[in-house]
Amino acid sequence: MAEERFISRGFVGKRRGGEKKDRIPPGQYLTNDFPVLSAGPTPRTPLDKWTFAIEGLVKERISWTWQEFLQLPMQTYVVDISCVTKWTHLDMKWEGVSLDTLLEHADLDRNAMFVTAFSDGGYTTNLPLTDVINGQSFIALKYDDKPLAPEHGGPARMVVPHLYFWKSAKWVRGIRLMEKDKPGFWESAGYHNHADPWKEQRYWND
Amino acid sequence: MKQTLNWQIASVKDTKSETANVKSFTLTLPAWMRHRAGQHYDIRLTAEDGYQAQRSYSIASEPEREGEVDITVERINDGEVSTYLHDVLVPGDRIEARGPIGGYFVWEATMDESLLLIAGGSGVVPLMSMIRHRAAAGAKNPTSLLYSSRNFEDIIYYNELEQLRSANHGVQVFHTLTRSQPPAWKGYSRRIDQDMLKEVAQPLGRSVQVFICGPTLLVEAAANTLVKIGINSNQIRTERFGPTGG
Repeated sequence: MAEERFISRGFVGKRRGGEKKDRIPPGQYLTNDFPVLSAGPTPRTPLDKWTFAIEGLVKERISWTWQEFLQLPMQTYVVDISCVTKWTHLDMKWEGVSLDTLLEHADLDRNAMFVTAFSDGGYTTNLPLTDVINGQSFIALKYDDKPLAPEHGGPARMVVPHLYFWKSAKWVRGIRLMEKDKPGFWESAGYHNHADPWKEQRYWND
Repeated sequence: MKQTLNWQIASVKDTKSETANVKSFTLTLPAWMRHRAGQHYDIRLTAEDGYQAQRSYSIASEPEREGEVDITVERINDGEVSTYLHDVLVPGDRIEARGPIGGYFVWEATMDESLLLIAGGSGVVPLMSMIRHRAAAGAKNPTSLLYSSRNFEDIIYYNELEQLRSANHGVQVFHTLTRSQPPAWKGYSRRIDQDMLKEVAQPLGRSVQVFICGPTLLVEAAANTLVKIGINSNQIRTERFGPTGG
């Protein structure tokens, strides 16, 4: 449906961002905070019980313990993050393991097209495989040079910077490779299946 | 099922000051759709040159009121949208809105478990929608609100909450004031803690459904403490200033 042009009487706006404004997706505002948003209590898994798994359409399920995971090659990422609740935070510094690195250990079935990231507490989010490979996502263990805090998804959070932040599953415990797409927690509750902030894919049918 | 949420042009029917920096706005919606208590609307402002800003605001009113919703908005001092709503918007103005949005932090009067609502500051707004919905639907499930504010003057909906409490419909209201208390204050006078949560939660039983909304520290503390005193984490739904999402 074509939207008629509407002007809010007397609205000028703050227009924060200056020369960085080209990095702020439509409808977003700039913040230097790191707001916490989640649907339930923060889960806490002791590190000696923590594992990260790749399962589903792989020849053999793979699982790392926390100690094993720490041995994987770690990279630093400085990325812009946009949350569907409208905040954008530029240049967030993370350290983590690329999904490419993890998937090198797996023998993927050729029918694997989609990924569901699953977390402690039952959270899930779905992504096309093409949105997580080729340097597009990582499992973060550190934010701002410090171990990732539980309320921000620690000990480990999957980060997919080019999609709205609910796609970056907190407390992530693994990914499941699948042939068919399956909407995750927020994707089943009215939020967009793909979630590209530059296309403002916030809600169903956006 | 997958409805499209189009932007619509709402009219401001009424505004009401709730506290010194909190206002409620009654919006008339041409394409009104019944909401679920706990959901929010997105509000979009557009400047003459096309610059836009958007924010999400919780619905305060009950879904039984047709054709309109109330949103309650705290004025953020260096804010962009809340300052416009507070300082510029008057009855008769029009504003772009879309909603209702959110499918998890919601309560329906058909859920008959006992209900524990925990609010910090303006986090009370979506919980107020639940309380009003409960009253409008005539639900009888035991319900308690534990509401933390800084000072007495900062309590939103105080009079309405007092009326609901005294109407004896099974709603209990517990206030706690963390910064200052008026003389002869009978409520709590500290941050929400384990003893307080035990006193408020335990009479509601083990199957209580919990909704918590407020600043991160309050939500974290309340949710973690409730888990510690034996409430199953899948009975606890949280929202931390700004609805849903990552």
